[in-house]
Amino acid sequence: MKQVTRRSFIKSTGVTGIGLWLGISGVHGEVRKAASLAEAKNITPYILIEPNGGITIFNPRPEMGQGTFQSIPSLIAEELEVSLNQVTIRMTNGEKAFAGSQWVGGSYSVRGSYQQLRKVGASAREVLIRAASNQWGVGADTCYAEEGKIIHRPTGKSFTYGELAEEAAKLELPKEPKLKEAKDFKILGKAVKRPDIPLKITGQAVFGIDSEVPGMLYASVQRCPVLGGTLKSFDSSDTLKTPGVVKVVEAVRKVGIYTYTGVAVIADSYWAAVQGRRALKVEWDTKGYEKFSSAAYDNTLRALAKKDGVIDKTKGNIADGSIKPNQKLQAFYETPVVAHHTLEPLNCVAQVKDDKLELWTSTQVVDSVVGTGPGDLHAQVGIKPENITLHNQFIGGGFGRRLYLDYLIEAVNIAKQSDKPVKVIWSREDSTQFGPFRPMTFSQLSGSVGADGTLISFEHKVISPSMSESGGDEYDKNKVDGTMVEGIGEQDYEIPNLKTSYVRADYHVPIAAWRSVTSSTLAFAHECFIDELAHKAKKDPLLFRLEMLSKPSDTKRVLEKLREVTNWDKPLPAGKGRGMAQWKFFAGLSAHAVEVTYNKAKNSVKIDKVYVVIDLGEVVNPDNVRNQVEGGVIMALSAATKPGITLEGGKVKQSNFNDNPQTRIHEAPTVEVHILTEGGELKGVGEPGLPPLAPALANAIFMATGIRLRKMPFSLSNIG
Amino acid sequence: MAAITLQINGKAHQVDLDPQMPLLWAIRDVIGLKGTKYGCGIGQCGACTVHLNGQPIRSCSLPVSAANNLAITTIEGISADAGHPVQKAWIEEQVPQCGYCQSGQIMSAVALLQKNPHPTDADIDAAMRGNLCRCGTYQRIRKAIKTAAAASK
Repeated sequence: MKQVTRRSFIKSTGVTGIGLWLGISGVHGEVRKAASLAEAKNITPYILIEPNGGITIFNPRPEMGQGTFQSIPSLIAEELEVSLNQVTIRMTNGEKAFAGSQWVGGSYSVRGSYQQLRKVGASAREVLIRAASNQWGVGADTCYAEEGKIIHRPTGKSFTYGELAEEAAKLELPKEPKLKEAKDFKILGKAVKRPDIPLKITGQAVFGIDSEVPGMLYASVQRCPVLGGTLKSFDSSDTLKTPGVVKVVEAVRKVGIYTYTGVAVIADSYWAAVQGRRALKVEWDTKGYEKFSSAAYDNTLRALAKKDGVIDKTKGNIADGSIKPNQKLQAFYETPVVAHHTLEPLNCVAQVKDDKLELWTSTQVVDSVVGTGPGDLHAQVGIKPENITLHNQFIGGGFGRRLYLDYLIEAVNIAKQSDKPVKVIWSREDSTQFGPFRPMTFSQLSGSVGADGTLISFEHKVISPSMSESGGDEYDKNKVDGTMVEGIGEQDYEIPNLKTSYVRADYHVPIAAWRSVTSSTLAFAHECFIDELAHKAKKDPLLFRLEMLSKPSDTKRVLEKLREVTNWDKPLPAGKGRGMAQWKFFAGLSAHAVEVTYNKAKNSVKIDKVYVVIDLGEVVNPDNVRNQVEGGVIMALSAATKPGITLEGGKVKQSNFNDNPQTRIHEAPTVEVHILTEGGELKGVGEPGLPPLAPALANAIFMATGIRLRKMPFSLSNIG
Repeated sequence: MAAITLQINGKAHQVDLDPQMPLLWAIRDVIGLKGTKYGCGIGQCGACTVHLNGQPIRSCSLPVSAANNLAITTIEGISADAGHPVQKAWIEEQVPQCGYCQSGQIMSAVALLQKNPHPTDADIDAAMRGNLCRCGTYQRIRKAIKTAAAASK
C-alpha cells in the first residue's frame, strides 16, 4: 500500500479535473461519473474499484500519529473482504461526499465510525455478491467473498472485484447489510502492521512542511512578543536589503476572539526569510499588556477561589449540618499552562490566484478548511468555499493544536499579497510563544469522611479562564463553561453529597484544547483529593474507590482489572510507593497505577513502572492502542513534571526545548497496557490514556514519601 | 554566497549558497531531500539528525559551508528499500506514531549500533536522549534498537 497524492492518483487512474473530486455532491452520483472517466467504479464514495482489480479506500480521517491511516480503512476492508495490502489508501481533501467526518479530535475517529464504515464495507460486499450471482444465475447465498474475489461455493468459480465492479455499481446498496461476526474477523482486533510505518522510516512520508509547490516562496512572521499587543509601524529597509528577501507584508492571524497582526518577510528561501526577519524594526503598541505576569495572575486566580462558583452539578446536600469539623478536609490544587509542541512546527503553503485558494498543509480539520459554516476558513479569509482546494498531508503531531485554523488564515493573508505561492513556517520559538495554549486550572476541593470511613461529601470548584470564551463559541460568561469542568461531575463514584462549580477568570491569552482537554489538569486535582480523603479514612486508596462503586460500572471493571494486574494487594518493599487514579470523561476511560522508588538521601523519585487499564468496548488494532497509551503516558509525564509556559512582562518566557523541555528517553518509564473490551460502549483511545497519569504519580509519591504534591508541574529530583 | 559541494548519499551536488545557511535547509529545500526534518533549529530535538563522515550531527546547527565535500548520509541514504536492520526493527516493533521525529531517531540509532553493536539501556539512553519524540514512542525505540542489535548477532 502506498500514500497516494492527488497528483499520482490522477496519473494512475486517469481521473482528471479538480472539480470532479472536490465538487462531489450526493453519495453516489457525481463520484461515479468522475470515476467512470477511468472506467473505475465507485461502489460507494469510500470504495473505488478499477477493472484491473485495483482497490482504493478513501479515508476521511487525517493521520496525526493516532493510527487512522490504518484503523479507518480497516473497518471497510474487514467487511469488504480484502486485505489491507490489496488496497490503496487515499486520504480525502474535503470532498463533499465525506463532509462531517473529515476531522480528527476528541478521540472520536474509530468510535465515531465503527458501525458506519463497517456497513459501508458490508454493503459493497453484498452488491458484489449479487452482481456475481446475477451473472452466474445462481443464488446469492451460494456465493461468498474472499480476498477481493466472489466465489461460487459449489463450483469454486470466481470473479475478481474488478470484473464485477461495473455491474455492482448499478445495484442499489443495501441499507442494513449483514455485518460479520467478530469471530470471523481477519483485521479488526488484530495487531496488523500499520501501512504508514514504512513511509515514516524511510523519509518518504510527506508532512505539511514537506509540501513543494513550483515557484513557491517562503515566509517567516514577526509577531508581537507581548501577547495582546498590536502593530504600530515597521521599518523594512534593512530587511529588503537582505539577499533573497522579496517582500515584507502585514500578516493578519485570527484565533478564536483574537486578531493579531504580524509582519511577514517573504523570501526565496526560508533561511533568507529568517535573516530578513532579524533585520526588521517593528514598533508595537503593547496596550498595557506588558505589565502582565503569570505570577500575579496566579494570585488573581487564588483570590477568585473565594468566590462562589456557578453550579455545574449538585446532588444531596453539600452543607449537611451533621458533618463534624474533624471529618472535613480541604485542599487547593494548581496546574500550569502548557504548549502543544507538535514536533512538526506549524506551516502552510498558500496560493491565491484571482479568487481561488489552494492550500498545502497538515490540519486536523479538513472539513473546516473547505466547509461552508460561519466559523470555517472561507468566512475568515473572504474566499468562497467552493474556490478552496486543500492538499492535506501527514500531520507531524496534532494534540489539538491543529484543530485551529489560525496558521492557515495567516498564511492565506500573506499569500494574498504575493503573486507566487508562499510557504509559511513557524519556528519552534514561534510555536512556543504565541499560543493558543492549554490553560491552567486551579481547583478548590473539599470533602468529608464519616466515622465508618465512607465519603460523605465531595466538592470541586474550578477557577480558570474559559476555553469557550477564548474560542469564540457562543458562551454566556455568567454560566458554566462545560469544557472547564469536564468530567468532574461525571465520575462513577457513588457520593451522597456532591457539588461541582466554576469560577470564570478574565484572561487575554488565547487558549485551546490540548490532548485530553481539561481532563489533563482536572483529573490531577480530583483524583489526588480522592486519595487524600482515602488517607483520612485510613483506607487503601484503591479499595476506598471500589467501595464507592457498589453497582456494576465500567469504572468498577477497570479498577478491578488494575488491582489484578498490579498485584495491588501485595505490599511493596520499603522505600517504594504505589499510587493509582482513574478518569472517565467524554473521550473514554482508563486507570493508571504508578510504582516509584524514593531515594531519601537525594530526595528524588524514580518511576519504576506504569500500568494502564483502558476500557474500549471494541478494539481495532490492539498494538496501536498500546502505542497510543504508552505515548499518552509520556506526554502526561511531560506536562506533570516539566516547567510549563509562563508570561513575564506580557511575553512568554520560554522559547524552545532548551527552556521548555519535554520528557526524553532516559526519563521514560516502562508502561504496561491492558485493554478491556467487555463494556460494549465504544470509547476513545488517543486521549483517555493521559489524565490519570499525573494523579497516579503524585499519589505514588505520597505513598513513598509522605509528601503530598498539589501543584503541577512537580519535580521528581527534588520532592516537595 | 559560496560554491559548496555537498556529497549526499554518495552523490555530489554543486550548490551556490549563503555559507551560513544551516545544512538542514540546504538538504531539504535546495537538494530536495525532505526526510530530514526541522524541529527546533537549535540542536535540541534531533529531528534533523544526519551523518557527517559517519558521525550523527544536528544539521539545523551546522553551517552548510562546514559540510563542504564531507560525506553526508540522510535517512534516504541508509537503505534503498527500508532494508536496514534498524528500519526492519522499527517495522517489527511498530515504533512510529506521527513519524515526524523518526528519521532523526533512526539516524541516531544507526550511528549508535555502528559504534556499539550491543548497547545496554544506559548506552541507548546516552545516545538517544538528544532525540525528542512528542508522541512518546521511547519504549518502542529502546526495544527496536535491541531487536536490531539482536538481528546482527
